[in-house]
Amino acid sequence: MATLELNNIVKEFGDTQVIKGIDLEVKDREFVVFVGPSGCGKSTLLRMIAGLESASSGDIKVDGQRINEVGPAERGLAMVFQSYALYPHMTVEDNMGFSLRLAGVPRAERRQKVLEAARILQLENLLDRKPKALSGGQRQRVAIGRAIVRNPSIFLFDEPLSNLDAALRVQMRIELARLHDELDATMIYVTHDQIEAMTMADKIVVLQGGVVEQVGSPMELYHHPRNRFVAGFIGSPKMNFVDVEVLDANAEGVSVRLPGGGECRVPVDGGDCRPGDTLTLGIRPEHLTLDDQGPLSGKIVVIERLGGVTSLYLDTEGGEWILMADGDVSHRVHDAVRFGFEPGRAHLFAEDGLALASLERHPLVNVERKENRASTSGDDH
Amino acid sequence: MNQTLSKKLVLTLLAWFIALVVFFPIFWMILTSFKTEGEAVATPPSLFFDPTLAGYHEVMARADYVKFALNSVIVSVGSTLLALLVAVPAAYSMAFLPTPRTRGTLLWMLSTKMLPPVGVLMPIYLIFRDLGLLDSLTGLTIVYMLMNLPIVVWMLYTFFKDVPRDILEAGRMDGAGTLQEVLYLLMPLTLPGIASTGLLSVILSWNEAFWSLNLTTSDAAPLTAFIASFSSPEGLFWAKLSAASTMAIAPILILGWMTQKQMVRGLTFGAVK
Ligand SMILES: Nc1ncnc2c1ncn2[C@@H]1O[C@H](COP(=O)(O)OP(=O)(O)O)[C@@H](O)[C@H]1O
Ligand SMILES: [Mg+2]
Repeated sequence: MATLELNNIVKEFGDTQVIKGIDLEVKDREFVVFVGPSGCGKSTLLRMIAGLESASSGDIKVDGQRINEVGPAERGLAMVFQSYALYPHMTVEDNMGFSLRLAGVPRAERRQKVLEAARILQLENLLDRKPKALSGGQRQRVAIGRAIVRNPSIFLFDEPLSNLDAALRVQMRIELARLHDELDATMIYVTHDQIEAMTMADKIVVLQGGVVEQVGSPMELYHHPRNRFVAGFIGSPKMNFVDVEVLDANAEGVSVRLPGGGECRVPVDGGDCRPGDTLTLGIRPEHLTLDDQGPLSGKIVVIERLGGVTSLYLDTEGGEWILMADGDVSHRVHDAVRFGFEPGRAHLFAEDGLALASLERHPLVNVERKENRASTSGDDH
Repeated sequence: MNQTLSKKLVLTLLAWFIALVVFFPIFWMILTSFKTEGEAVATPPSLFFDPTLAGYHEVMARADYVKFALNSVIVSVGSTLLALLVAVPAAYSMAFLPTPRTRGTLLWMLSTKMLPPVGVLMPIYLIFRDLGLLDSLTGLTIVYMLMNLPIVVWMLYTFFKDVPRDILEAGRMDGAGTLQEVLYLLMPLTLPGIASTGLLSVILSWNEAFWSLNLTTSDAAPLTAFIASFSSPEGLFWAKLSAASTMAIAPILILGWMTQKQMVRGLTFGAVK
């Protein structure tokens, strides 16, 4: 039960500005993911929210109250660290109950709360172990359990899955999503992995170089990236880009010359474009289709068969492109292929990197993952 | 295979050689303590002789060993506890709240160990005289504390620096204040290091002679003064001196023997963690 608000947050380490004025609103019970390349300031931002780092300027508000000067424990937030940061000399039970012990909670009550968290995370039979005797995934769950026991208003996670192997990461991802549903708490999650961001977030905040590039739902970022950075960062494999020349442009669409001579009219607002301008066309690999009549052509360099889908790495006039084809295509390396795309799937970026606005919003952009209980009923627990 | 075996053999022999060289004087001292005064000074020295406890009897008759030993225990343990009490907060601030001058401060502290103690004998003697600390256990404890403080701070600093910051930050998120952080997290986590630092400080204090000889006469005199008292008045008596020395180092030797595992573990604590 908590909202978070950041107003023009700046963080300087000495002379270098690491966070350059960030505004953000996190709604109650929202799962917000900060995503961005390594070194972009995600951890610093999270640590300022946690109170482990002070903001150089700006306001941090929880439930409308400014908390900049409040100590980390008094903020009522809990943090899960990338390294788990378990207390190595304490048992699992003592690790999870440490905050309660410091708060002077009687032993019996402490045990009961720890047991409850342990039940949620299936840690009941590990309570007497020391962290050393746990696997990576179990340690991770203890770290989460330690956060749950505190019953925080907001959970903060700093790359909690990056020390786990791939299979476990997927499993924990699902477990975290389930946990969010079960606890019904506000969660802020930091990762450099856009797949984690896409799969878990209600709202993604894309950061780069200490500034917010875009805030939006996963579908919004996928279908309507605000600029070329977001377009390239979200989605896997990466979006294909190629420079194109504007043939004709107005508010109802932009016609461009494709590599190889074809033409295409993209339904975006081209009010500011002039014929002859150069734009960047972006099209996702999964939106390219093999088509003998298609306007584009290339030669297959590498072919990766995943069963359900096949990735074709193509050498085209626009550079190396990736095309996600059906799992059953029979093409082989060195084959020449023709392909095309639906113009509505293409993106156009101006020279400053900003996307031209699509004329039509994708229908799923504002659909929430689950019915928002906060707004539909008066129940509050 | 063969080469590694011979390498191992050479290393083993070398280790034994060094150990014997280091241990030989102690061995010789213990041996001499069981001789008569005549045998003790004989040239060539006799390796086989009738062991006698005469030296020990005479030493016990002439001086109150227990009182000296008790002073040694009080002063070395007391100064060590005091040093830890001062050094833990000092090392904490240096390890976790460093400033650009922290490194320099550490080096400066260590550099005081390069000053020969006799250089500050006069001022310290005069201060102690004026404060009435001469020949007092309190005074000697303070001097030993100051003497060992640079090493204790330095060692604790290196152990504290190895503690992952995340763990302490997790503690802060859980509501630990600085004192709780130190007591519940930092000290338990670095206990092997703290223990070996303490042991080292006890040993250094136990064996210290310069200050104890200059600042004590009788009431607060520790075992080093006890040894010295057998070397002066009526000329040298090697057997008695050896007996006294053996008795003086016996407790610390036994302590070192019992805690050697702990010492090694503590001193390599950062490396193997
Ligand atoms: N304590 C610090 N002192 C100086 N620079 C720091 C400090 N912490 C982080 N930085 C710098 O701030 C930038 C952002 O770091 P961080 O928030 O850890 O990035 P991310 O978590 O996104 O990988 C990096 O360039 C890093 O070098
Ligand atoms: Mg980080």
